[in-house]
Amino acid sequence: MAAADELAFHEFEEASSLLAETPDAATTSGRGQLAPQGHVAVEVDSGGIYGSEEAEESDKTALLQEEKQQPGFWTFSYYQSFFDVDTSQVLDRIRGSLLPRPGHNFVRHHLRNRPDLYGPFWICATLAFVLAITGNLTLVLAQRRDPSIHYSPQFHKVTVAGVTIYCYVWLVPLALWGFLRWRKGVRERMGPYTFLETVCIYGYSLFVFIPTVVLWLIPVPWLQWLFGVMALVLSAASLVFTLWPVVREDTRLVAAVLLSTVVLLHALLAVGCKFYFFQPLPLEHLAPPAQATSLPANLLLPPTSRPKAT
Amino acid sequence: MAKAAESSGDPGTTTPRPLMRDLKAVGKKFMHVLYPRKSNTLLRDWDLWGPLILCVTLALMLQRSSVDSEKDGGPQFAEVFVIVWFGAVTITLNSKLLGGNISFFQSLCVLGYCILPLTVAMLVCRLVLLAEPGPVNFMVRLFVVIVMFAWSIVASTAFLADSQPPNRKALAIYPVFLFYFVISWMILTFTPQ
Repeated sequence: MAAADELAFHEFEEASSLLAETPDAATTSGRGQLAPQGHVAVEVDSGGIYGSEEAEESDKTALLQEEKQQPGFWTFSYYQSFFDVDTSQVLDRIRGSLLPRPGHNFVRHHLRNRPDLYGPFWICATLAFVLAITGNLTLVLAQRRDPSIHYSPQFHKVTVAGVTIYCYVWLVPLALWGFLRWRKGVRERMGPYTFLETVCIYGYSLFVFIPTVVLWLIPVPWLQWLFGVMALVLSAASLVFTLWPVVREDTRLVAAVLLSTVVLLHALLAVGCKFYFFQPLPLEHLAPPAQATSLPANLLLPPTSRPKAT
Repeated sequence: MAKAAESSGDPGTTTPRPLMRDLKAVGKKFMHVLYPRKSNTLLRDWDLWGPLILCVTLALMLQRSSVDSEKDGGPQFAEVFVIVWFGAVTITLNSKLLGGNISFFQSLCVLGYCILPLTVAMLVCRLVLLAEPGPVNFMVRLFVVIVMFAWSIVASTAFLADSQPPNRKALAIYPVFLFYFVISWMILTFTPQ
């Protein structure tokens, strides 16, 4: 590669003259670390031609440097970097969370270290609305079967659903991330996930609940529990498989406690939602005392199953 | 509003635009929503009067006539207002964060104006509810709401789709779908006691 050598030599001259002028100038830009000592001067701000391996490595470092130099958090483009996903990527991530496989780390394979906030935010919003709407629909359908049930839109449930889900997807990953960082010293091989990656894991793992909640419209109790358990298993499996490589190097006790806490919290969320939004209407209706006195005792007391959470 | 200064002949002062001119601009935009074509009128001279009128009308119509207990009732006036405006702002922010090249107020304008079909649906539903309740009543309302929901989506997509790069269009349109779906749900479940 005579031509390249010539050009390299030429730049060496140029750069060395620059160095001569400003002897204190830093000769290594971001690219400098990988260059062998003899070529220090070539790295100084040259758009020149490197050897092929050097070019590759400097490209890689340049890319890493680009990613490290993020704009400050008060600029808009800082937040734009979290929404830097395409439709196909979001769909791929959703698919990855729906089908967890033991060796298949969600973060490494699907996120590829580029977490996004679009998925978690809109999945949580959809889940909150779907919960409130299908909970409402259940009441409507129940009223059709049994006209004495008092129907009301229960609009406040949207707020409750939203707040619960968003808090879950922000606070639990925060706690998890903090805990993993605290135990960082125990691990050698694998660093902890960043906070956003943890939020992503949790956000995408909630996706499987959206079709489950819609299926909960079917008023067959054992079927509802079956769907619920299936969704919980899928969702928790996705979380556990992703967290396992990070926790595996820790002591057994810590690993077991952490994973079971994660699964438990997830189960609590699922069961809580099921009970709050889809209250099982009692088979024998119980009349509240206020209404009992106004009706003759020989008639079947009309039920007014106002949802108990008001 | 956007063109207040242009309407005055005097460069130094701005005279207030005549009311009729404003109303005509709002009316013209209503027509554009009802017959959506690929035109830039909604985007070019945006205004927020139309969305405000529509939002207030919708919120007023969603009020229940009886005094129900607070927790048990339908959406209050303030709730509807908050949902519409907060939802529109969130969608706009989402669109901008995804890299869309539409301005903040233009997007609010489009989203607000495209509530028009759903407001019409609300009017129709209220009229239909004056008749006798029953499954036919419900089917008519359902049909009207579905048609108007689709109309809203088509209208807003016609205006907003071009502002996104093609590989992210679906990501930007989905929140619009969710937004109008929630509003349609509020309209459909409205039952005056």
